[in-house]
Amino acid sequence: MGYALTKQQLNEYLKALGRQYLLVGPIREKAKGTFSDTDKIVYGVFEAFEDLVLEEKAFYSPKEFLMPIRETLFHFLDGQIVEPKIDTKPILIFARPCDLNGIRRLDTIFLKNGDIKDSYYERRRNLVKYVMIECTEGFDTCFCVSMGSGTYKDYEAAIRFDGNQTLLDVVDSTLVTEGLSQVIRKDFVPEYIKENKVKVVIPPIDKVNNSIFEHPIWKEYTRRCIACGRCNTSCITCSCFTMQDVEMSDDGLLGERRRVWASCHIKGYTDMAGGHGFRKQNGERMRFKTMHKINDYHKRFGENMCVGCGRCDDVCPEYISFSKCINKLSEIIKEESHE
Amino acid sequence: MSIDRKIVTKNAYRITKIRNKTALRVRVPGGHLEAKYFQIIQEVAEKFGDGTVHLTTRQGFECPGIDFDRIPEINKMIRPLIESLGLDVDYGDGGYPAAGTRNISACIGNRVCPYANDDTTRIANSLEKAVYPHDFHFKIAVTGCPNDCIKAHMQDFGIICLTEPQYESKRCITCEACVDNCKKKVTGALSVKDYNIERDIEKCIGCGECILKCPAGAWTRSEEKYYRMVIMGRTGKKNPRLAMPFIKWATEEEITQIIKNTYGFVERYIDTSLPKEHIGYIVDRMGYQVFKMKVCRKGGLYHARNFFTGRSTGCAH
Repeated sequence: MGYALTKQQLNEYLKALGRQYLLVGPIREKAKGTFSDTDKIVYGVFEAFEDLVLEEKAFYSPKEFLMPIRETLFHFLDGQIVEPKIDTKPILIFARPCDLNGIRRLDTIFLKNGDIKDSYYERRRNLVKYVMIECTEGFDTCFCVSMGSGTYKDYEAAIRFDGNQTLLDVVDSTLVTEGLSQVIRKDFVPEYIKENKVKVVIPPIDKVNNSIFEHPIWKEYTRRCIACGRCNTSCITCSCFTMQDVEMSDDGLLGERRRVWASCHIKGYTDMAGGHGFRKQNGERMRFKTMHKINDYHKRFGENMCVGCGRCDDVCPEYISFSKCINKLSEIIKEESHE
Repeated sequence: MSIDRKIVTKNAYRITKIRNKTALRVRVPGGHLEAKYFQIIQEVAEKFGDGTVHLTTRQGFECPGIDFDRIPEINKMIRPLIESLGLDVDYGDGGYPAAGTRNISACIGNRVCPYANDDTTRIANSLEKAVYPHDFHFKIAVTGCPNDCIKAHMQDFGIICLTEPQYESKRCITCEACVDNCKKKVTGALSVKDYNIERDIEKCIGCGECILKCPAGAWTRSEEKYYRMVIMGRTGKKNPRLAMPFIKWATEEEITQIIKNTYGFVERYIDTSLPKEHIGYIVDRMGYQVFKMKVCRKGGLYHARNFFTGRSTGCAH
């Protein structure tokens, strides 16, 4: 069902939604940027349209609302296990198609990867619905079109903020508030981005083999990458985690187990007993990430993991561009297959 | 030729080794100015000087080789520059007062540098407003972080901008990037306990490196900005020394008040039998405790926390 809302009607609508849902969207955190006197755009809880930041890309993705950075899975005491309750207020996430496609990747990893569903993910996932923010322009580093993730059809609602008028397409009946009956009906079909400034060519899945592991391209990233992990923490599809057991009593019987984001670029990711690590060079970590995002995942699930949101480009302190890396890799593989 | 040397030097012109030639000195508080004013400096140097400009250690310009009788013309010409720098104090077309309290210099600060914890030029400008013009010999500099690129430790008052890192454990992934970096590069103020990061507030110097290193936004900046003031550093022929800490985690109001109060201290204790006496020597003569007591008396500073003891400043006491 389509609606055309004035600014005031939009805020009234958001207010009504806010009673049912925790509204989450891209917001500005004043003076919380990494550098002094800078803001940070993040996904956070908002109330009114004015809180939303649409002209800049959020530094982090909305994934933390589905897989918290740190989550206590259970407390243990002498053989007993207690799972802490989570806030069960439903969440309405306002996000662009790339991020919604990214969340679909998270669904795949946590819910469709083998026979067992990740119940901790599932309980949060079941609380979330999506309002797709129409995105037809993108930002400088976006390459969603190349990744086929510039469109998204499974939204519960879609929204276009257009000056004084907001167009809304509501699919989910629970998002039709009473107040909407006072609003002018207007059919609205969201448009999608057709072209990004950055275009990426993915190497054909079956053409990539282990010989590329030895290619000097990765040495370049050993030299450039500082393994800070920002590309992973900002990525909508990075879903690796590690476990932390915290003992709260001397005998170790009382404590908690939590899971915490972990990632291939960050210290300790492949550490094993005896101090062994599989990927000690930063270039090897870059290779692992690249292969996972545009090859391994595709082999298993039939689509690329990377959605081309471009956040890894935005946040890299060393100005390493992932889209550029993919294109370089494509060139190398193209040349090698011709030989 | 008759020149009133005292008036000329107070008016930003130097007595040079070349007879009958002077040099114009332009102070640039905070070391930052609009590029368009370079035209004026260029014109002065080419029309009245020897065509060269010296960049001074205190972030000013010096145009040498000027005839004394051209001073009024030059003063008129540099008026827009002087006004833009906020130095237009009752002198009108007469130039501007410059001797005594030196230009307040600043590193490039957070307008450009990622490490800086504040806008050093802004602070320099606001301090300049509080103390300029003054005859007393004070050197003040503002640096954006404890790297101290402006060499605040070589000043009578060195101001080092700080932030108090705020830790949010629920955003921490225990990657230990902050801990490793603090250990290697700073003071080792951070440690891991039960996968959380603990900050030793005695060791933390407020540089903000942990915030820069955190990939998950677990470390952020404090709403308040803070400053460490180091004092009585000096070069010079007699007893050159690095400045020592005076107050840490101070506010901008506190550091401004300390500097203002110090002018009162000098007024009272300066040895007027000398042509000029530098603040550092007055403090040496009177003793650190007297200095501390006097400069803390006014402006509610008496109860300010975080003063260093005399022993730790290394000042005579």
